[in-house]
Amino acid sequence: MIRLVDVEKSFGTQKVLNHLNLEISNGKITVILGRSGEGKSVLLKHIIGLMRPDSGEIWIDDQEITGLKPRGLKEVRKRFGMLFQEAALFDSMTVGDNVAFPLREHTRKDEAGIDKLVSGLLREVGLEGIEEKMPSQLSGGMRKRVGLARALALNPEIVLFDEPTTGLDPVMTDAIGDLILETKRKFDITAVVISHDIALSAKIADELAMLHEGKIVEKAPPGAFFNSSVPVIKKFVNVQKFSLPSRDDELANHHD
Amino acid sequence: MFKLINIIGLSITKILSEMGRMVLLFIETLSWVFRPPYRPFLIVKQLEFVGVKSTLVVIITGLFTGGVLALQTYYGFKMFSAESLVGATVGLSMTRELGPVLTGLMVTGRAGSAMAAEIGTMRVTEQIDALSVLAVNPVEYLIVPRVIAGVIMLPILTVLSDFLGIAGGYFVGVNLLGISSGAYINKLIQYVDLSDLYNGLIKAACFGLILAFVGCYKGYTTSGGAEGVGKATTQAVVMASAMILVADYFLTALMF
Ligand SMILES: Nc1ncnc2c1ncn2[C@@H]1O[C@H](COP(=O)(O)OP(=O)(O)OP(=O)(O)O)[C@@H](O)[C@H]1O
Ligand SMILES: [Mg+2]
Repeated sequence: MIRLVDVEKSFGTQKVLNHLNLEISNGKITVILGRSGEGKSVLLKHIIGLMRPDSGEIWIDDQEITGLKPRGLKEVRKRFGMLFQEAALFDSMTVGDNVAFPLREHTRKDEAGIDKLVSGLLREVGLEGIEEKMPSQLSGGMRKRVGLARALALNPEIVLFDEPTTGLDPVMTDAIGDLILETKRKFDITAVVISHDIALSAKIADELAMLHEGKIVEKAPPGAFFNSSVPVIKKFVNVQKFSLPSRDDELANHHD
Repeated sequence: MFKLINIIGLSITKILSEMGRMVLLFIETLSWVFRPPYRPFLIVKQLEFVGVKSTLVVIITGLFTGGVLALQTYYGFKMFSAESLVGATVGLSMTRELGPVLTGLMVTGRAGSAMAAEIGTMRVTEQIDALSVLAVNPVEYLIVPRVIAGVIMLPILTVLSDFLGIAGGYFVGVNLLGISSGAYINKLIQYVDLSDLYNGLIKAACFGLILAFVGCYKGYTTSGGAEGVGKATTQAVVMASAMILVADYFLTALMF
Protein backbone atom coordinates (compact mmCIF):
# COMPACT_ATOMS: atom_id res chain seq x y z
CA MET A 1 0.00 0.00 0.00
CA ILE A 2 1.14 3.50 -0.80
CA ARG A 3 0.10 6.06 1.79
CA LEU A 4 0.63 9.81 1.68
CA VAL A 5 -0.04 11.53 4.98
CA ASP A 6 -0.49 15.27 5.25
CA VAL A 7 1.99 15.95 2.44
CA GLU A 8 2.88 19.55 1.70
CA LYS A 9 5.03 20.88 -1.13
CA SER A 10 5.66 24.43 -2.29
CA PHE A 11 7.85 25.87 -5.01
CA GLY A 12 8.78 29.31 -3.78
CA THR A 13 5.48 30.89 -2.83
CA GLN A 14 3.41 28.52 -4.96
CA LYS A 15 1.79 25.81 -2.86
CA VAL A 16 1.31 22.74 -5.05
CA LEU A 17 0.44 20.00 -2.54
CA ASN A 18 -1.54 21.19 0.46
CA HIS A 19 -2.00 18.72 3.33
CA LEU A 20 -2.61 15.98 0.83
CA ASN A 21 -3.77 12.56 2.02
CA LEU A 22 -4.05 9.55 -0.24
CA GLU A 23 -4.08 5.78 0.09
CA ILE A 24 -3.39 3.54 -2.87
CA SER A 25 -4.23 -0.15 -2.45
CA ASN A 26 -1.94 -2.94 -3.56
CA GLY A 27 -2.86 -4.85 -6.68
CA LYS A 28 -5.23 -2.19 -7.94
CA ILE A 29 -5.15 0.40 -10.69
CA THR A 30 -5.66 3.85 -9.28
CA VAL A 31 -6.20 6.66 -11.75
CA ILE A 32 -5.49 10.21 -10.65
CA LEU A 33 -7.30 12.96 -12.50
CA GLY A 34 -6.76 16.67 -12.26
CA ARG A 35 -6.52 19.83 -14.28
CA SER A 36 -3.30 20.73 -16.03
CA GLY A 37 -0.77 22.19 -13.63
CA GLU A 38 -2.56 20.96 -10.50
CA GLY A 39 0.48 18.96 -9.42
CA LYS A 40 -0.18 15.42 -10.64
CA SER A 41 3.36 14.90 -11.89
CA VAL A 42 4.69 16.44 -8.68
CA LEU A 43 2.56 13.98 -6.68
CA LEU A 44 3.94 11.05 -8.66
CA LYS A 45 7.53 12.22 -8.14
CA HIS A 46 6.92 12.30 -4.40
CA ILE A 47 5.77 8.68 -4.41
CA ILE A 48 9.04 7.54 -5.96
CA GLY A 49 11.25 9.86 -3.94
CA LEU A 50 12.37 12.16 -6.77
CA MET A 51 10.96 15.07 -4.79
CA ARG A 52 10.86 15.42 -1.04
CA PRO A 53 7.84 16.95 0.66
CA ASP A 54 8.27 20.06 2.81
CA SER A 55 6.38 18.15 5.46
CA GLY A 56 4.32 14.99 5.77
CA GLU A 57 4.97 11.29 5.39
CA ILE A 58 5.06 8.93 2.45
CA TRP A 59 4.77 5.21 3.17
CA ILE A 60 5.48 2.39 0.74
CA ASP A 61 4.06 -0.61 2.59
CA ASP A 62 5.72 -0.32 6.00
CA GLN A 63 8.60 1.91 4.94
CA GLU A 64 8.60 5.67 5.32
CA ILE A 65 10.63 7.02 2.39
CA THR A 66 10.96 10.77 2.99
CA GLY A 67 13.77 10.24 5.49
CA LEU A 68 15.63 7.57 3.54
CA LYS A 69 19.30 7.90 2.59
CA PRO A 70 20.18 7.43 -1.11
CA ARG A 71 21.06 3.78 -0.60
CA GLY A 72 17.74 2.94 1.05
CA LEU A 73 15.87 4.91 -1.57
CA LYS A 74 17.65 2.96 -4.29
CA GLU A 75 16.41 -0.32 -2.83
CA VAL A 76 12.85 1.00 -2.68
CA ARG A 77 13.09 2.17 -6.27
CA LYS A 78 13.99 -1.27 -7.51
CA ARG A 79 10.37 -2.21 -6.75
CA PHE A 80 9.11 0.61 -8.97
CA GLY A 81 8.77 1.29 -12.66
CA MET A 82 7.93 4.75 -13.91
CA LEU A 83 6.81 6.16 -17.20
CA PHE A 84 7.63 9.87 -17.41
CA GLN A 85 5.27 12.36 -18.98
CA GLU A 86 7.79 13.14 -21.73
CA ALA A 87 9.15 9.57 -21.71
CA ALA A 88 12.66 10.72 -20.67
CA LEU A 89 14.43 8.26 -22.96
CA PHE A 90 18.22 8.43 -22.92
CA ASP A 91 18.81 10.22 -26.19
CA SER A 92 22.42 9.09 -26.52
CA MET A 93 21.30 5.45 -26.72
CA THR A 94 19.34 3.44 -29.25
CA VAL A 95 15.81 2.32 -28.44
CA GLY A 96 17.11 -1.20 -27.79
CA ASP A 97 19.75 0.05 -25.35
CA ASN A 98 17.16 2.18 -23.57
CA VAL A 99 14.92 -0.80 -22.91
CA ALA A 100 17.91 -3.00 -22.10
CA PHE A 101 19.36 -0.44 -19.67
CA PRO A 102 17.59 -1.63 -16.48
CA LEU A 103 18.23 -5.25 -17.45
CA ARG A 104 21.96 -4.63 -17.91
CA GLU A 105 22.17 -2.67 -14.67
CA HIS A 106 20.22 -4.96 -12.39
CA THR A 107 20.26 -8.48 -13.80
CA ARG A 108 22.99 -10.94 -14.72
CA LYS A 109 21.42 -11.98 -17.99
CA ASP A 110 23.67 -12.47 -21.01
CA GLU A 111 23.31 -10.30 -24.10
CA ALA A 112 21.37 -12.93 -26.03
CA GLY A 113 18.83 -13.20 -23.22
CA ILE A 114 18.57 -9.43 -22.96
CA ASP A 115 18.03 -9.06 -26.71
CA LYS A 116 15.19 -11.54 -26.55
CA LEU A 117 13.54 -9.77 -23.61
CA VAL A 118 13.91 -6.38 -25.28
CA SER A 119 12.30 -7.46 -28.51
CA GLY A 120 9.50 -9.11 -26.51
CA LEU A 121 8.88 -5.91 -24.55
CA LEU A 122 8.88 -3.81 -27.70
CA ARG A 123 6.44 -6.21 -29.34
CA GLU A 124 4.07 -5.80 -26.39
CA VAL A 125 3.93 -2.03 -26.86
CA GLY A 126 3.43 -2.48 -30.60
CA LEU A 127 6.89 -1.40 -31.73
CA GLU A 128 8.51 -4.53 -33.07
CA GLY A 129 11.92 -4.24 -34.69
CA ILE A 130 12.86 -0.64 -33.91
CA GLU A 131 15.78 -1.55 -31.62
CA GLU A 132 18.35 0.25 -33.75
CA LYS A 133 16.48 3.57 -34.03
CA MET A 134 17.51 6.57 -31.93
CA PRO A 135 14.86 8.24 -29.72
CA SER A 136 15.12 11.44 -31.76
CA GLN A 137 13.84 9.51 -34.80
CA LEU A 138 10.59 8.55 -33.06
CA SER A 139 7.25 10.31 -32.77
CA GLY A 140 6.09 11.45 -29.33
CA GLY A 141 3.68 8.54 -29.04
CA MET A 142 6.35 6.02 -30.01
CA ARG A 143 8.77 7.48 -27.46
CA LYS A 144 6.15 7.08 -24.80
CA ARG A 145 5.64 3.43 -25.65
CA VAL A 146 9.38 2.81 -25.54
CA GLY A 147 9.37 4.48 -22.12
CA LEU A 148 6.62 2.09 -21.11
CA ALA A 149 8.65 -0.90 -22.28
CA ARG A 150 11.64 0.36 -20.29
CA ALA A 151 9.49 0.87 -17.18
CA LEU A 152 8.15 -2.67 -17.36
CA ALA A 153 11.49 -4.35 -18.13
CA LEU A 154 12.22 -5.49 -14.58
CA ASN A 155 8.69 -6.65 -13.77
CA PRO A 156 8.21 -3.99 -11.09
CA GLU A 157 5.65 -4.43 -8.31
CA ILE A 158 4.47 -0.85 -8.53
CA VAL A 159 4.25 1.09 -11.78
CA LEU A 160 3.66 4.82 -12.05
CA PHE A 161 2.30 6.03 -15.36
CA ASP A 162 2.41 9.78 -16.03
CA GLU A 163 -0.13 10.30 -18.82
CA PRO A 164 0.58 7.06 -20.68
CA THR A 165 -1.76 7.82 -23.56
CA THR A 166 -1.56 11.57 -24.06
CA GLY A 167 -0.51 12.14 -27.66
CA LEU A 168 -1.55 8.70 -28.86
CA ASP A 169 -4.28 8.01 -31.40
CA PRO A 170 -7.52 6.46 -30.07
CA VAL A 171 -6.67 2.96 -31.28
CA MET A 172 -3.26 3.09 -29.62
CA THR A 173 -4.80 4.59 -26.47
CA ASP A 174 -7.09 1.60 -26.26
CA ALA A 175 -4.17 -0.77 -26.85
CA ILE A 176 -2.14 0.84 -24.06
CA GLY A 177 -5.18 0.55 -21.78
CA ASP A 178 -5.28 -3.16 -22.59
CA LEU A 179 -1.55 -3.41 -21.97
CA ILE A 180 -1.91 -1.86 -18.51
CA LEU A 181 -4.79 -4.22 -17.67
CA GLU A 182 -2.85 -7.17 -19.05
CA THR A 183 0.29 -6.27 -17.07
CA LYS A 184 -1.76 -5.99 -13.92
CA ARG A 185 -3.42 -9.34 -14.55
CA LYS A 186 -0.15 -11.11 -15.34
CA PHE A 187 2.15 -9.62 -12.72
CA ASP A 188 -0.32 -8.43 -10.12
CA ILE A 189 1.14 -4.93 -10.14
CA THR A 190 -0.03 -1.90 -8.25
CA ALA A 191 -0.53 0.83 -10.82
CA VAL A 192 -0.88 4.57 -10.38
CA VAL A 193 -1.99 6.20 -13.60
CA ILE A 194 -2.26 9.89 -14.30
CA SER A 195 -4.63 10.61 -17.12
CA HIS A 196 -6.89 13.21 -18.65
CA ASP A 197 -8.77 10.59 -20.60
CA ILE A 198 -12.13 9.75 -19.00
CA ALA A 199 -12.80 6.85 -21.34
CA LEU A 200 -9.45 5.24 -20.58
CA SER A 201 -9.92 5.87 -16.86
CA ALA A 202 -13.33 4.23 -16.89
CA LYS A 203 -11.88 1.26 -18.71
CA ILE A 204 -8.91 0.53 -16.49
CA ALA A 205 -9.53 2.09 -13.07
CA ASP A 206 -10.30 0.15 -9.93
CA GLU A 207 -10.21 3.45 -8.08
CA LEU A 208 -10.28 7.06 -9.22
CA ALA A 209 -8.96 10.06 -7.35
CA MET A 210 -9.33 13.75 -8.12
CA LEU A 211 -6.51 16.17 -7.34
CA HIS A 212 -7.71 19.72 -6.91
CA GLU A 213 -6.05 22.70 -5.24
CA GLY A 214 -3.37 20.54 -3.67
CA LYS A 215 -5.73 18.01 -2.12
CA ILE A 216 -7.40 14.76 -3.09
CA VAL A 217 -11.02 15.93 -3.12
CA GLU A 218 -12.54 12.56 -3.94
CA LYS A 219 -11.43 8.96 -4.17
CA ALA A 220 -13.85 6.22 -5.13
CA PRO A 221 -14.47 3.28 -7.44
CA PRO A 222 -15.57 4.31 -10.95
CA GLY A 223 -19.31 4.03 -10.42
CA ALA A 224 -19.35 6.25 -7.37
CA PHE A 225 -16.69 8.58 -8.73
CA PHE A 226 -18.45 9.42 -11.98
CA ASN A 227 -21.65 10.17 -10.08
CA SER A 228 -19.84 12.26 -7.51
CA SER A 229 -21.41 15.53 -6.50
CA VAL A 230 -18.05 17.29 -6.14
CA PRO A 231 -18.25 20.22 -8.57
CA VAL A 232 -14.77 19.85 -10.14
CA ILE A 233 -15.43 16.21 -10.89
CA LYS A 234 -18.83 16.92 -12.39
CA LYS A 235 -17.30 19.51 -14.61
CA PHE A 236 -14.33 17.33 -15.57
CA VAL A 237 -16.51 14.35 -16.41
CA ASN A 238 -19.29 16.23 -18.12
CA VAL A 239 -17.10 18.21 -20.48
CA GLN A 240 -15.76 14.99 -21.96
CA LYS A 241 -18.99 13.00 -21.80
CA PHE A 242 -21.12 15.53 -23.61
CA SER A 243 -18.63 16.40 -26.30
CA LEU A 244 -19.63 13.25 -28.17
CA PRO A 245 -23.44 13.42 -28.24
CA SER A 246 -23.41 17.09 -29.16
CA ARG A 247 -21.32 16.30 -32.22
CA ASP A 248 -23.76 13.48 -33.11
CA ASP A 249 -26.59 15.98 -32.91
CA GLU A 250 -24.78 18.17 -35.36
CA LEU A 251 -24.39 15.26 -37.75
CA ALA A 252 -28.02 14.35 -37.34
CA ASN A 253 -29.03 17.91 -38.11
CA HIS A 254 -27.00 17.77 -41.28
CA HIS A 255 -28.96 14.78 -42.48
CA ASP A 256 -32.31 16.52 -42.06
CA MET B 1 22.69 52.65 0.24
CA PHE B 2 20.77 49.98 2.12
CA LYS B 3 19.66 48.56 -1.17
CA LEU B 4 23.28 48.25 -2.28
CA ILE B 5 24.27 46.48 0.92
CA ASN B 6 21.27 44.25 0.48
CA ILE B 7 22.26 43.33 -3.04
CA ILE B 8 25.85 42.66 -2.04
CA GLY B 9 24.65 40.58 0.89
CA LEU B 10 22.35 38.56 -1.34
CA SER B 11 25.01 37.86 -3.92
CA ILE B 12 27.49 36.80 -1.25
CA THR B 13 24.89 34.38 0.15
CA LYS B 14 24.31 33.10 -3.35
CA ILE B 15 28.01 32.57 -4.01
CA LEU B 16 28.50 30.84 -0.67
CA SER B 17 25.56 28.51 -1.18
CA GLU B 18 26.74 27.67 -4.69
CA MET B 19 30.21 26.93 -3.33
CA GLY B 20 28.65 24.72 -0.69
CA ARG B 21 26.68 22.79 -3.29
CA MET B 22 29.80 22.39 -5.41
CA VAL B 23 31.83 21.05 -2.52
CA LEU B 24 29.08 18.56 -1.60
CA LEU B 25 28.80 17.31 -5.16
CA PHE B 26 32.59 17.09 -5.38
CA ILE B 27 32.76 14.96 -2.25
CA GLU B 28 30.02 12.72 -3.60
CA THR B 29 31.89 12.40 -6.90
CA LEU B 30 35.14 11.48 -5.15
CA SER B 31 33.37 8.93 -2.99
CA TRP B 32 32.25 7.09 -6.14
CA VAL B 33 35.66 7.01 -7.82
CA PHE B 34 36.96 4.08 -5.79
CA ARG B 35 33.65 2.32 -5.25
CA PRO B 36 31.96 -0.11 -7.60
CA PRO B 37 30.32 -0.19 -10.03
CA TYR B 38 33.35 0.71 -12.14
CA ARG B 39 32.48 1.65 -15.66
CA PRO B 40 35.52 1.17 -17.90
CA PHE B 41 33.38 1.34 -21.02
CA LEU B 42 31.99 4.77 -20.13
CA ILE B 43 35.44 6.03 -19.13
CA VAL B 44 36.92 4.97 -22.47
CA LYS B 45 34.02 6.65 -24.25
CA GLN B 46 34.72 9.88 -22.38
CA LEU B 47 38.48 9.63 -22.97
CA GLU B 48 37.75 9.36 -26.65
CA PHE B 49 35.26 12.21 -26.46
CA VAL B 50 37.66 14.58 -24.69
CA GLY B 51 40.59 13.51 -26.86
CA VAL B 52 38.88 13.59 -30.23
CA LYS B 53 37.06 16.83 -29.54
CA SER B 54 40.24 18.62 -28.54
CA THR B 55 43.21 17.18 -30.44
CA LEU B 56 43.05 19.45 -33.47
CA VAL B 57 42.66 22.64 -31.47
CA VAL B 58 45.49 21.58 -29.13
CA ILE B 59 47.77 20.90 -32.12
CA ILE B 60 47.10 24.32 -33.61
CA THR B 61 47.53 26.27 -30.36
CA GLY B 62 50.69 24.32 -29.48
CA LEU B 63 52.39 24.87 -32.81
CA PHE B 64 51.62 28.56 -33.06
CA THR B 65 52.33 29.37 -29.43
CA GLY B 66 55.77 27.79 -29.74
CA GLY B 67 56.30 29.70 -32.99
CA VAL B 68 55.32 33.05 -31.58
CA LEU B 69 57.43 32.49 -28.45
CA ALA B 70 60.47 31.87 -30.62
CA LEU B 71 59.73 34.93 -32.68
CA GLN B 72 59.28 37.22 -29.64
CA THR B 73 62.24 35.98 -27.63
CA TYR B 74 64.54 35.95 -30.67
CA TYR B 75 64.35 39.71 -31.13
CA GLY B 76 64.80 40.31 -27.42
CA PHE B 77 67.71 37.93 -26.99
CA LYS B 78 69.40 39.12 -30.17
CA MET B 79 70.18 42.43 -28.43
CA PHE B 80 72.38 40.47 -26.01
CA SER B 81 73.58 38.02 -28.64
CA ALA B 82 71.81 35.28 -26.70
CA GLU B 83 69.77 33.87 -29.59
CA SER B 84 70.89 30.37 -28.68
CA LEU B 85 68.69 30.54 -25.57
CA VAL B 86 65.50 30.66 -27.63
CA GLY B 87 65.14 26.90 -27.49
CA ALA B 88 65.47 26.80 -23.72
CA THR B 89 62.97 29.63 -23.30
CA VAL B 90 60.41 28.00 -25.52
CA GLY B 91 60.92 24.68 -23.77
CA LEU B 92 60.58 26.11 -20.27
CA SER B 93 57.56 28.26 -21.08
CA MET B 94 55.73 25.48 -22.83
CA THR B 95 56.31 22.70 -20.30
CA ARG B 96 55.86 24.74 -17.16
CA GLU B 97 53.15 27.14 -18.12
CA LEU B 98 51.72 27.50 -21.58
CA GLY B 99 51.30 23.83 -22.43
CA PRO B 100 49.07 23.00 -19.47
CA VAL B 101 47.22 26.34 -19.28
CA LEU B 102 46.43 26.71 -22.97
CA THR B 103 45.43 23.07 -23.22
CA GLY B 104 43.22 23.48 -20.15
CA LEU B 105 41.51 26.54 -21.60
CA MET B 106 41.05 25.02 -25.03
CA VAL B 107 39.64 21.76 -23.71
CA THR B 108 37.32 23.75 -21.44
CA GLY B 109 35.93 25.46 -24.50
CA ARG B 110 35.53 22.25 -26.47
CA ALA B 111 34.79 19.46 -24.01
CA GLY B 112 33.88 21.20 -20.72
CA SER B 113 31.14 23.15 -22.44
CA ALA B 114 29.88 20.03 -24.20
CA MET B 115 29.67 18.21 -20.86
CA ALA B 116 27.59 21.01 -19.38
CA ALA B 117 25.30 21.04 -22.40
CA GLU B 118 24.87 17.29 -22.49
CA ILE B 119 24.20 16.79 -18.79
CA GLY B 120 22.10 19.97 -18.67
CA THR B 121 19.90 18.64 -21.46
CA MET B 122 19.55 15.37 -19.59
CA ARG B 123 18.49 17.34 -16.51
CA VAL B 124 15.78 19.42 -18.19
CA THR B 125 14.40 16.46 -20.14
CA GLU B 126 14.18 14.39 -16.92
CA GLN B 127 16.72 11.82 -18.13
CA ILE B 128 18.61 12.29 -14.87
CA ASP B 129 15.41 11.59 -12.92
CA ALA B 130 14.93 8.54 -15.13
CA LEU B 131 18.39 7.29 -14.11
CA SER B 132 17.48 7.68 -10.43
CA VAL B 133 14.19 5.89 -10.96
CA LEU B 134 16.05 3.04 -12.63
CA ALA B 135 18.10 2.85 -9.42
CA VAL B 136 21.31 4.10 -11.03
CA ASN B 137 23.09 6.92 -9.24
CA PRO B 138 23.45 9.78 -11.76
CA VAL B 139 26.61 11.13 -10.10
CA GLU B 140 28.28 7.75 -10.39
CA TYR B 141 26.98 7.17 -13.93
CA LEU B 142 27.43 10.62 -15.49
CA ILE B 143 29.96 12.66 -13.54
CA VAL B 144 32.58 10.16 -12.38
CA PRO B 145 33.56 8.85 -15.86
CA ARG B 146 33.87 12.40 -17.20
CA VAL B 147 36.01 13.59 -14.31
CA ILE B 148 38.29 10.56 -14.58
CA ALA B 149 38.60 11.13 -18.33
CA GLY B 150 39.48 14.79 -17.75
CA VAL B 151 42.20 13.94 -15.25
CA ILE B 152 43.74 11.31 -17.54
CA MET B 153 43.35 13.04 -20.88
CA LEU B 154 44.62 16.52 -20.04
CA PRO B 155 48.21 15.45 -19.29
CA ILE B 156 48.26 13.44 -22.53
CA LEU B 157 47.05 16.42 -24.55
CA THR B 158 49.53 18.63 -22.71
CA VAL B 159 52.45 16.41 -23.74
CA LEU B 160 51.25 16.81 -27.30
CA SER B 161 51.00 20.56 -26.87
CA ASP B 162 54.46 20.82 -25.24
CA PHE B 163 56.04 18.80 -28.01
CA LEU B 164 54.36 20.74 -30.80
CA GLY B 165 55.22 24.05 -29.14
CA ILE B 166 58.87 23.09 -29.08
CA ALA B 167 58.60 21.91 -32.68
CA GLY B 168 56.92 25.16 -33.72
CA GLY B 169 59.64 27.11 -31.94
CA TYR B 170 62.27 25.04 -33.71
CA PHE B 171 60.75 25.73 -37.10
CA VAL B 172 60.54 29.48 -36.54
CA GLY B 173 63.90 29.76 -34.76
CA VAL B 174 65.98 27.44 -36.92
CA ASN B 175 64.28 27.45 -40.30
CA LEU B 176 63.05 31.04 -40.46
CA LEU B 177 65.37 33.03 -38.19
CA GLY B 178 68.56 31.05 -38.69
CA ILE B 179 69.49 29.97 -35.16
CA SER B 180 71.68 26.89 -35.36
CA SER B 181 69.83 23.65 -34.88
CA GLY B 182 72.48 22.37 -32.44
CA ALA B 183 72.19 25.44 -30.20
CA TYR B 184 68.38 25.26 -30.07
CA ILE B 185 68.40 21.62 -29.01
CA ASN B 186 71.46 21.72 -26.73
CA LYS B 187 70.23 24.64 -24.65
CA LEU B 188 66.78 23.09 -24.55
CA ILE B 189 68.17 19.89 -23.08
CA GLN B 190 70.52 21.81 -20.77
CA TYR B 191 67.87 24.03 -19.18
CA VAL B 192 64.64 22.07 -19.33
CA ASP B 193 64.46 19.45 -16.61
CA LEU B 194 62.25 16.40 -16.65
CA SER B 195 60.77 17.83 -13.45
CA ASP B 196 59.55 20.85 -15.45
CA LEU B 197 57.63 18.48 -17.65
CA TYR B 198 56.25 16.48 -14.71
CA ASN B 199 55.14 19.51 -12.80
CA GLY B 200 53.42 20.80 -15.91
CA LEU B 201 51.61 17.51 -16.24
CA ILE B 202 50.46 17.59 -12.63
CA LYS B 203 49.04 21.01 -13.35
CA ALA B 204 47.33 19.62 -16.43
CA ALA B 205 45.72 16.84 -14.40
CA CYS B 206 44.36 19.45 -11.95
CA PHE B 207 43.01 21.53 -14.84
CA GLY B 208 41.37 18.41 -16.27
CA LEU B 209 39.69 17.81 -12.94
CA ILE B 210 38.50 21.42 -12.79
CA LEU B 211 37.10 21.65 -16.29
CA ALA B 212 35.35 18.27 -16.20
CA PHE B 213 33.90 18.76 -12.74
CA VAL B 214 32.73 22.33 -13.37
CA GLY B 215 31.19 21.28 -16.70
CA CYS B 216 29.36 18.42 -14.99
CA TYR B 217 28.32 20.53 -12.00
CA LYS B 218 26.85 23.26 -14.18
CA GLY B 219 25.04 20.69 -16.27
CA TYR B 220 23.81 18.75 -13.26
CA THR B 221 22.31 21.83 -11.59
CA THR B 222 20.69 23.20 -14.75
CA SER B 223 17.11 24.38 -14.53
CA GLY B 224 14.80 26.25 -16.85
CA GLY B 225 14.62 24.42 -20.16
CA ALA B 226 16.69 25.06 -23.26
CA GLU B 227 17.54 28.57 -22.11
CA GLY B 228 18.88 27.15 -18.86
CA VAL B 229 21.09 24.74 -20.78
CA GLY B 230 22.58 27.63 -22.76
CA LYS B 231 23.25 29.56 -19.57
CA ALA B 232 24.82 26.55 -17.87
CA THR B 233 27.13 26.02 -20.83
CA THR B 234 28.41 29.59 -20.87
CA GLN B 235 28.79 29.67 -17.10
CA ALA B 236 30.73 26.41 -17.16
CA VAL B 237 33.27 27.85 -19.60
CA VAL B 238 33.69 31.13 -17.73
CA MET B 239 33.89 29.53 -14.31
CA ALA B 240 36.25 26.71 -15.32
CA SER B 241 38.57 29.08 -17.21
CA ALA B 242 38.79 31.46 -14.26
CA MET B 243 39.36 28.60 -11.83
CA ILE B 244 42.11 27.18 -14.04
CA LEU B 245 43.98 30.50 -14.06
CA VAL B 246 43.63 30.92 -10.31
CA ALA B 247 44.69 27.33 -9.66
CA ASP B 248 47.63 27.84 -12.01
CA TYR B 249 48.96 30.65 -9.85
CA PHE B 250 48.78 28.64 -6.67
CA LEU B 251 50.18 25.47 -8.21
CA THR B 252 53.08 27.45 -9.67
CA ALA B 253 53.77 29.07 -6.33
CA LEU B 254 53.82 25.64 -4.71
CA MET B 255 55.97 23.90 -7.32
CA PHE B 256 58.69 26.18 -8.56
N1 LIG C 1 10.81 21.55 -10.27
C1 LIG C 1 9.86 22.51 -10.17
N2 LIG C 1 10.20 23.76 -9.79
C2 LIG C 1 9.27 24.71 -9.67
N3 LIG C 1 7.97 24.53 -9.92
C3 LIG C 1 7.55 23.34 -10.31
C4 LIG C 1 8.48 22.25 -10.46
N4 LIG C 1 7.79 21.18 -10.85
C5 LIG C 1 6.50 21.55 -10.95
N5 LIG C 1 6.35 22.84 -10.62
C6 LIG C 1 5.08 23.57 -10.58
O1 LIG C 1 4.13 22.78 -9.91
C7 LIG C 1 2.87 22.86 -10.54
C8 LIG C 1 2.37 21.48 -10.84
O2 LIG C 1 3.14 20.89 -11.85
P1 LIG C 1 2.88 19.44 -12.41
O3 LIG C 1 3.90 19.19 -13.44
O4 LIG C 1 2.78 18.47 -11.30
O5 LIG C 1 1.45 19.60 -13.09
P2 LIG C 1 0.54 18.46 -13.72
O6 LIG C 1 -0.66 18.34 -12.87
O7 LIG C 1 1.35 17.26 -13.95
O8 LIG C 1 0.11 19.13 -15.10
P3 LIG C 1 0.00 18.47 -16.55
O9 LIG C 1 -1.32 17.78 -16.61
O10 LIG C 1 0.03 19.64 -17.48
O11 LIG C 1 1.16 17.56 -16.72
C9 LIG C 1 3.06 23.71 -11.78
O12 LIG C 1 2.52 24.98 -11.52
C10 LIG C 1 4.54 23.81 -11.96
O13 LIG C 1 4.88 25.09 -12.41
MG1 LIG D 1 2.19 16.34 -15.50
